[in-house]
Amino acid sequence: MPAVQETVEQVRRIDVDQYKYGFVTDIESEKAPKGLSEDTVRFISAKKSEPQWMLDWRLEAYKRWQTMREPTWARVDYPKIDYQNAYYYSAPKKKALASLDEVDPEILKTYEKLGIPLREQEILAGVVRSEGERRVAVDAVFDSVSVATTFKEELKKAGVIFMPMSEAVREHPELVKKYLGSVVPTSDNFFATLNSAVFSDGSFVYVPPGVRCPMELSTYFRINEANTGQFERTLIIADKGAYVSYLEGCTAPMRDENQLHAAVVELVAHDDAEIKYSTVQNWYPGDADGKGGIFNFVTKRGDCRGARSKISWTQVETGSAITWKYPSCILRGDNSRGEFYSIAISNGRQQVDSGTKMLHLGKNTTSRIISKGIAAGKSNNTYRGLVTAHRKAANARNFTNCDSLLIGDQCGAHTVPYIEAKNASAVFEHEASTSKISEDMLFYCRQRGMSAEEATALVVNGFVKDVLQQLPMEFAVEAQKLISISLEGSVG
Amino acid sequence: MLLEVKNLHVEVEDKKILNGLTLSVEKGQVAAIMGPNGSGKSTLAYVLAGKDNYKVTEGDVLLDGKSILAMAPDERAAKGLFLAFQYPVEVPGVATMTFLRTALNAQRKTRGEAELSTPEFMKLVRETSKHLGIDQEMLRRAVNVGFSGGEKKRNEILQMAILQPRLAVLDETDSGLDIDALKIVAEGVNRLRSPKRSMIVITHYQRLLNFIVPDVVHVLAKGRVVKSGGKELALELEAKGYAQYADEAA
Repeated sequence: MPAVQETVEQVRRIDVDQYKYGFVTDIESEKAPKGLSEDTVRFISAKKSEPQWMLDWRLEAYKRWQTMREPTWARVDYPKIDYQNAYYYSAPKKKALASLDEVDPEILKTYEKLGIPLREQEILAGVVRSEGERRVAVDAVFDSVSVATTFKEELKKAGVIFMPMSEAVREHPELVKKYLGSVVPTSDNFFATLNSAVFSDGSFVYVPPGVRCPMELSTYFRINEANTGQFERTLIIADKGAYVSYLEGCTAPMRDENQLHAAVVELVAHDDAEIKYSTVQNWYPGDADGKGGIFNFVTKRGDCRGARSKISWTQVETGSAITWKYPSCILRGDNSRGEFYSIAISNGRQQVDSGTKMLHLGKNTTSRIISKGIAAGKSNNTYRGLVTAHRKAANARNFTNCDSLLIGDQCGAHTVPYIEAKNASAVFEHEASTSKISEDMLFYCRQRGMSAEEATALVVNGFVKDVLQQLPMEFAVEAQKLISISLEGSVG
Repeated sequence: MLLEVKNLHVEVEDKKILNGLTLSVEKGQVAAIMGPNGSGKSTLAYVLAGKDNYKVTEGDVLLDGKSILAMAPDERAAKGLFLAFQYPVEVPGVATMTFLRTALNAQRKTRGEAELSTPEFMKLVRETSKHLGIDQEMLRRAVNVGFSGGEKKRNEILQMAILQPRLAVLDETDSGLDIDALKIVAEGVNRLRSPKRSMIVITHYQRLLNFIVPDVVHVLAKGRVVKSGGKELALELEAKGYAQYADEAA
């Protein structure tokens, strides 16, 4: 059998068995009544003991959402979503936890199985085992609520606020009021507006002026409950001269029906601040025939509000049945910089429409886009990007590089770049390439002793190397494994 | 006998390239295969290594007395068959060091041997690359990407030295090399000569055989061996050219 054909066969064999995180945690939960109405919004707000202003904000968004239409411009095709046939809130029954010891052991076990340590002692033990390994503070979100946040005390000493959004609304209302919706307004788009009305939990991060966050922050999202959407909301603010690196990971059980995930992430970087936001997205992709899987409709946007600020997005997208996601940067501050590094892998019947927007508003702003799309099986993989320079954005610079790799002949890769420069001094460069995984390359690797799988993994890892290098070390290794698993016939 | 090629007929895209090629290589023997362009030299190399789209319509290839035709390229590699490519392939983004290590460990795994530890592997590569004038910087670069012709060929010999094959097929290793580069490569090959290792040195020109002196020389024309002899046969070819064999093979 020709080497490429063999690889294609192996990739085709990937089905539900390959998804390691497909288990369900058996736990009692409390849900909002099915469907979406003003009452649902009030229910969620009450569950979280929110102040009136927060409820009003949600209700306004809900009103707005009812007048909006689901967007159809993306190159994705999916059955109509029945918004009334889903639950908008689900939480493990036990609540008001004083310490981690009170977290349901089933949930702790779930995170252990996922390889996310929630007990600080264990994390510390890990540090002793391997020197030089950095500690990572984790916020674990299970369905609609945050179940644990680690290293809170230590972060507090540095002045860093890292807590579930629902807590931040109560404890730091002045910050939340000031920044929530300031990057992604409630009226922004259909899915973001829906999120504004029913958002459940997510992380809130505030790094005060001049502080370099002493550890990586990370949120681990887990959808467990059936028929439940997850609508998390994350807000990260880096004040003047602050630095923070944040990583999110996501998994979900294998279910036959599709589940909706509509998150909103807002980043704000003030003068000289830097935010590095990394995502390893591994939602359940559905089975080989396209049954089940997560619909991932996400709005992520960073605002380089201050001069010389920098926001960098890195994403490794391997999961979800549908991915609709465009992490963007508004380059408002003079000399600010935006970066987008992306690896998007689609296999089976997955559909990915992802990219970025770099909006140059300030003077001397620069941006860089490196996108690597890999399509296998019968999947479709689209890069969609927008780069604009405002009239006043003198000397705006952008460099874009989009490469697509096709494995097999039943998948598709598409590149849709939009470029608008309203200032004559702008310099925008765009490079794009599409290639098929080469028979000669595979043969060369196999002649040296590598199996078809090893050869494919090696070639693909080489293809995405520029982006992998942007991930924090620990996660780069994880991502590399994930890429191999996503494309191979065997579980690593 | 390490390798026996018996009455091999091969087609590529419905075109007949090999027409009943018969050839034996003894253990420890260095056999040169010479022939004009289009005589089937590279086809023989690819068929031995198991490349796709080379259809064997008749005959057999035996390694240690067993047919290898049904084996995948990686299985053949694990059995000790190595091909130094005439045109080494670029693998963007994959460091040469990573490539070497992945290949060596893959072969060891197939043979049921333990993987080499990082220090063991580093030591092996350092020692081996030194002789070939390959520095650490080159090992960090992506496989063959931006390599000069000489670097590519040296890299092939480095891989051969690390993988320690029992049968090495060198496909026009001299092509595109100046005399200095040729000497380095030939020295690298000679260092690997051993009673336990056989080599098939494929070349169009006699020049390479001044540096890698073969035990036997086979002349290939129109897809079959038309003459075999000692190393002096190469000199005779240099003097008289291949024209005489065009008729013999017909």
